Parts: sequence; structure tokens; C-alpha cells
Amino acid sequence: MLGAYLPILLLVVIAICFGLGAMVFSALVGPKKPSALKLAPYECGCEPVGSARERFSVKFYLIAMMFILFDIEAVFMYPWSILFKKLGMFGLVEMGVFIAILLVGYIYVWKKGALEWE
Amino acid sequence: METFAIPAINVAAIMPETILSVIAMALLLLNVFVKSEQKAYLGYLSLIGIVVTFVSVVTGWNAPASMQTAFNGSVLQDNFALFFKGIFLVSSFLTILITDQYLQREECNHGEIYPLILLATAGMMLMASGTDLMTIFLGLEVLSVSLYVLAGFNRENLKSNEAGLKYFLLGAFSTGFLLYGMALTYGATGSTKIAAIATFIAQNGYVTGNPMLVVGMLLMGVGFSFKVAAAPFHMWTPDVYEGAPTPITAFMSAGPKAAGFAGFLRVFLFAVPALKADWSALLWILAVLTMSVGNIIALSQDNIKRMLAYSSIAHAGYALVGFAAGNAEGTAGILFYMLTYAFMNIGAFAIIVLVGKKGEANSNVSDYAGFASKHPVLAVVMAIFLFSLAGMPPTAGFIGKFYLFSAAIKSGYVWLAIIGVLNSAVSVYYYLRVMVFMYMKAPEEEFDWLKVTPPIVVSILLSLAGVLIPGVIPGYLLSLAQRAISM
Repeated sequence: MLGAYLPILLLVVIAICFGLGAMVFSALVGPKKPSALKLAPYECGCEPVGSARERFSVKFYLIAMMFILFDIEAVFMYPWSILFKKLGMFGLVEMGVFIAILLVGYIYVWKKGALEWE
Repeated sequence: METFAIPAINVAAIMPETILSVIAMALLLLNVFVKSEQKAYLGYLSLIGIVVTFVSVVTGWNAPASMQTAFNGSVLQDNFALFFKGIFLVSSFLTILITDQYLQREECNHGEIYPLILLATAGMMLMASGTDLMTIFLGLEVLSVSLYVLAGFNRENLKSNEAGLKYFLLGAFSTGFLLYGMALTYGATGSTKIAAIATFIAQNGYVTGNPMLVVGMLLMGVGFSFKVAAAPFHMWTPDVYEGAPTPITAFMSAGPKAAGFAGFLRVFLFAVPALKADWSALLWILAVLTMSVGNIIALSQDNIKRMLAYSSIAHAGYALVGFAAGNAEGTAGILFYMLTYAFMNIGAFAIIVLVGKKGEANSNVSDYAGFASKHPVLAVVMAIFLFSLAGMPPTAGFIGKFYLFSAAIKSGYVWLAIIGVLNSAVSVYYYLRVMVFMYMKAPEEEFDWLKVTPPIVVSILLSLAGVLIPGVIPGYLLSLAQRAISM
């Protein structure tokens, strides 16, 4: 019974080897010519400004939370759309209920003003 | 193209949950469109919703077996589930009645509290009718997430924030235990369906050569013990109950505790009845610890909410006595006790809401000095609720305890019953202490801020009826509880 999982184990092992191998190989073979600019923390190519340990507005968390919610909604819609014909009316109604529930949340969030930044 | 089997959907079996969720979402929408002084109407609308749901619960009673199951047997709305659903609806009904005045007083008039209470109730109901570990877990999560928010609902109040955060962290931790236990049980038995687990155990035995199942059952026991606040998993209770808004404390001690027992009973009584001898011993210890810890620490509490928090731990212990007994009387006793406990506890909290001042002030036992001379009727009512909590006749608290302890004796747990009665005697001290302050001390305050509004009166009257009627004529409720567990 456990033998059925062997391919997964192999995949995991290969993935680990691939990642580790790339790191080890580049550490051994790659040329190292450090400069002050190269060692600076990468911040989208801009010059880093100030400390990273600052307080963030709670708005970021709100947006992040809502992003996850509606992102998950979209994720659920993909498999549904692929099996749409097979699921038929049943799938349509189920998806309608699901989207309606999220829509309630969307309207709530909107009216509460959580989508406005200021 | 392979065929896709669409599971038979039986909406009748999830009717109460559906109604309540739809109403909760409608209220959530309505909440953002009404003005802040109209928020009380949301409360009335949610009361109507609860009544409608209650009707659907009553009509589901004794339904034919084919109407009870749904979703491939992961939901079973039998009489057992329906009885618990009745308890949950009663506790949310009584809670919503006392909520509005509290919100006005704390100037925290956010209408979200009503949908949250309704959603928590829907989660509890799903938990009671779940016959699949996943359904039980789903119900528990819906309940818990709503409760975390409710505990921290009074967001201007530091203690309420603390309660919300503490409840969230510890609750998430205990959920981990529960889920881990479910995963191990699934791994050991190959199914998350309670019926299939029971079949597996009946065929293959349990302890011999299957430690994974033992550990899984133990971890699930820990998770449920946390939810019902049984010692030694009770540490969160006092802080959360003290900090949470008073109506929510009332709600938490009645509804979710009963929901915890519903899940606990469903899993242990129906999945592993063959192994009663094994887990009965554990429950024996759990019951004794819970009763003793709750009652002894309650003796030294000055804050009345904190005192009732420890008292609610003790009451979970009494219910565990019936669980440890493991017979039909014990189970019916738990059902009866949970229902009457909802009445007496929320009744007592209604008085606490009345006496309290803004910022949760005035909630010490000593603040009740001379209450009887200023408000004699309310004092008598409070005394009745406290007598019932202490288990004095002719109240429902007495009948419930009598039933639980006699179930223990019937199963041969004489010592358990004796410890229970002794604990009950200890508890009389701290309940009586409130009465001593109410009746025998000179008043320090005028209690002139106290205003009695119609919803609270209705809540208190209903609670009184729920405490006194089963206390004098318990027959009907008891036979209802017995029919709920005979399947």
C-alpha cells in the first residue's frame, strides 16, 4: 500500500536535491567579487531607505485579508469551470450559493469603507 | 466521460442551520444600511429568525430516518441533535434579549453582534448534528471563530481585547489538538465517519496493537475538554469570561459549552461505546478534577463574572459525572442539565448586566451590598438563579444534579457521586456570599442608574420559567431528553 506513494517520495527527494544542488554548485563554482552595492539588501532595485522594522498601518492587513478571501474564491472557480458541463445544474447552483455568500461579504466590506485607503 | 455521482442533498436535515445562516447574512447586509440608533431592530429581527429556526427544529422532531441524514451520512439530524439545537436556540434567544441594553451602556453599538451570535449558533447546530469528524470540526470552527470576535467585541475595553486574543490563541491551540486527534483516528481506522469508526473498532478491537487510535482518541478528548472548559484544560475560562462583554459571557457559558458536550458525546458515546471501560476511568478523573478545581477556586473570587466562570467550570464537571457514568440516565441527565443551566446562568447574567455600569464597572460581589433593599424583586430573582446554580430544590438545578449523580450511582460510581455532592455543598458558600451581600449588608449605592427595559424583563421571565417549571414538574423535559438519546 505504501509502495503507491514511492513516486511522490522520489519527487520530493529530487526536488530537494535540485534545490540544494543549485545552491552548492553556485557557491563552489561561481566567482565572488563583493562590493558595497552588491551586498546591500535588495529592495526592488531602489536604494534601501530606513529600517525595515517599522509599524505598518492596519489597513495593509485588511487588504491582505480581503485579497486572500477573494483569491480563494477565484481559485475555487477554476476547477469548477473545467468540470462545468459535467457538474451541470447542480454545480451552477452550488457555485451560485458560494458566490452569493462572498458577495454579502463584499457588499459589507464595501459599505463599511474598508476598500477606501483614506 | 466518467459519470459524476451527485450526492443526494436532503435540505430538511440542515434546515435549521440554513435558515439561521441566511438570516445572519441578511442582518449583516442590513446592518451597514441602517442608522446607528436603529440597531436595536436588528436584535428583534434576529429574535424572529431564532423563533423561525426553533419551529423548524420542533417540526424535525421524530422525523423518519430517511429525512434525518444528508450529505452522504455526514449530517444526522436525529432527536439527539434536535434537543441540543433547542438548547443553543434558547441560549442565543435569551442572550440577544439582554444584548441591546449592554451595548447602549458600553456605547459600543455595533450591529454585527447579532449576525455573529446567529452564526455561532449555526456552527453549534452543525456540530450537534455532525456524524463525520470533519462536519463536527467544521461546526466547531464556525462557532469558535465567531466567538473569538464576540469575546473581543467591546473593543474600547482593554480587558475585552485581552479576552479576545487569549481565547483566540488558546482556542486555536486546542483546535490543533482536536484536529491532530481526528487525523490519527482517521489514520488508524480509515474513515472519518463515526459509524465507520465504530464498525472498525467492533471488528478489530482497540487497545491491542493500535496505539495510533488510542492517541487519536486522547487528543480528541483534550480538544473537547478545552471547549467544555474541563480542568486541567480550563485555564482560559476565567480571563475570557471576565473580559468578554457580559451577555457574551452568558452565551459562552451556556451554548458553546453544550455544543462541546454534543460533540464529545457524539464521538465518544457513538464511536467507541465498546470501550466504555477505558475512557470512563479517564472521565472519572476529569470530572473530579473539574468539579473540585472550579468550586475551590471560585471560593476566593471577588469579581462576580470571574466567580461564575469558575462556577461554570464546576458545572461542566457535574455534567462530566453523567458522562463518566456512561448510561442512558447519565446522557439524558447531561441534556437536561445543559438546557436548565442555560436558563439559570443567562438569568443570573441578565441581573449582572442590569447592575453593571459603563466600562464593566460595578461587577464585584461587594457591589451588590444592599441590593435587596433597593430592588427587592430583582434581588429575589437573582437569589432564585443562584439557588438553582447551587442545586437547591425546588429549582431545575437540583433535579439536574440529582439525575446526574443518581446515574453515577447506578453505574457503580458511588465515590464519584459522593465527591459531586460534597463539591455541590462547597459551591453553596460562594453563591450564598452574593446573597449575604444583597440581603444583609447596608447599601452603599443607590442603584439609581439601573433601568429595567422590556427585553431584559422578558429574558428574566423566560429564565425564571426555565428554572422553576422543570424544578417543580421535571417529567416532561426529562422524558424529552430520554427520547432524544434513544435511537
